[in-house]
Amino acid sequence: MSNKFIIALYVLPALLLILVLIYVPIILTGYYGLMKWDGIGDMTFIGLDNYIRLLNDQQFWRSSGHSFLLAIFSAVSLIGYLVISLVLAAKIKGANLLRKLYLIPMLLSSVAIAQLWLKIYHPTNGLLNSFLYSINVANPPAWLAEPSLVLGAIFVPIIWQYAGFYILIYYAALKNIPDSVIEAAKIDGASPLKIAYMIKLPLIMGVIKVTIILAIVGSLKYFDLIYVMTGGGPNGASEVIASYMYKQAFSSYNFGYGSAIGFALLLFCLLATVLIRKLTNTDDEIQY
Amino acid sequence: MEVSERQEEKAEQKNDRSFLGTIGYVILYLILGITAFFQIYPLFWLVLFSLKSNQEVFNASPFALPIEPRWENYVNVWTQGNISLYFFNSVWITVASVALTILLASLVTFAITRMKWKLNNLVLGLFMIGLMIPVHSTLIPLFDFFLNINLIDHPLAIILTYTAFNLPLTIMILLGFYYTLPREVEEAAVIDGSSVHRIFFQITLPMSMPVISTTAIINMIYNWNEFVFINTFISSDRFKTLTVGIQNFIGQYSTDWGAIGATLVISILPILIAFFFLSNKIVEGIAAGAVKG
Repeated sequence: MSNKFIIALYVLPALLLILVLIYVPIILTGYYGLMKWDGIGDMTFIGLDNYIRLLNDQQFWRSSGHSFLLAIFSAVSLIGYLVISLVLAAKIKGANLLRKLYLIPMLLSSVAIAQLWLKIYHPTNGLLNSFLYSINVANPPAWLAEPSLVLGAIFVPIIWQYAGFYILIYYAALKNIPDSVIEAAKIDGASPLKIAYMIKLPLIMGVIKVTIILAIVGSLKYFDLIYVMTGGGPNGASEVIASYMYKQAFSSYNFGYGSAIGFALLLFCLLATVLIRKLTNTDDEIQY
Repeated sequence: MEVSERQEEKAEQKNDRSFLGTIGYVILYLILGITAFFQIYPLFWLVLFSLKSNQEVFNASPFALPIEPRWENYVNVWTQGNISLYFFNSVWITVASVALTILLASLVTFAITRMKWKLNNLVLGLFMIGLMIPVHSTLIPLFDFFLNINLIDHPLAIILTYTAFNLPLTIMILLGFYYTLPREVEEAAVIDGSSVHRIFFQITLPMSMPVISTTAIINMIYNWNEFVFINTFISSDRFKTLTVGIQNFIGQYSTDWGAIGATLVISILPILIAFFFLSNKIVEGIAAGAVKG
């Protein structure tokens, strides 16, 4: 057996799998976007029609707006996770147990989480409104049926699901800072707040950048929870890019147009990644 | 800096310290405690209503403990619906995907870290970029592809897709371990004239068991919870897994809270049990997977 043959034997099965099931499809989705196609019959080449339709499709832009709003919410909520992690990493008793408790929701399926929160938001018997009744709030809203509230209501279980994940990452990064660095700052008379702001945060900036990308790109492609909880409703008030794509393809059988939306989603994600990298790029990488 | 400013700052620092020393810690623990409550209470409440009758759910306080826990809710959903079928589908599809993913990922990682070849970096790059591809952008072409090769509504489509999409993360976690693995044993085996396959299967693979268990548990969680692919590629009940299965089941029994609660608890129980015994591995795997990406 030649060396080349052995290498191929070890690499090709996995490589073929990702080429065929990941790379070819992302190219094809852009190509299918050029077609009029119901998913079963023949494709008709219609040039850029789908993409032009996309640019003028108000529901698409509305859905994209919702996705971007979720992305911004998620990025901002990172500040809260960071604060909790700073507290947790500051020699707190039981920190290890707490960060594990925080993580539990992240390990559950989005479907289970969505079903649970449907019950929590239940207008009459749900946890939230029962609590509001008990503190004498008259007529608490049906959270998921109000167009103005639904996006905010969906964001709460998203926080619930991912908080532990980001806290875990920040906590691990903070614990990686050598004690000697912190001790030196203490001897110099720096306050805990100053140590956090001037030393700890800059030292974990690399990790913070990664989490910003994860939070924003993750939100742009958000799907499961929304699909199960509201299906994009009421009246498109919680529709996001991925749920709109799914609907166009698998409910309305506009596979060509759905592919164009899928391609747009890919571009948004790549663009966001590049943009965040550029915006957060600093030449002075910190060493310690 | 002005002298007066400096003095002010020192005074502030002192305040900070005394503040943190006393009330500070109470507030810190309060923040952490409230967060823990927010994270855990919904699950506790889920278990509560899974043990109630509809009458209790609709007429009594939702915060109350069940008067008499109705374990029959669990027995009923397990025996009457398809939940047990979905459960075992989840188990075997998850196990098959995890095994295939780990085998293929280990082979690639072995080739990347132990063999010299030209396209090494390019292949590694392809796997790493795969981490960033949004799943949904591949969905329509994948559906079409499996339709054309007659694998729609076939579990193989699911297993292959899960494997493909989990390979990048798995390889990334394995890589870190393989680079740090001492090579003396492998080198000794080479000198003894062992074949490459022998070295891989009898030395490297067994030695990487700690990291394999980490990737296995992470893969297991992701596959167990996956929804989009199974919802799109599988239509017959006999191949559905729990995520899609409970979605259908709840659609049918939308007013029976006890049954819904019991179904949800059954679906998350394996994850919770795994977490109870392997939380360190899970934490390690999730942190490794995220930070390096």
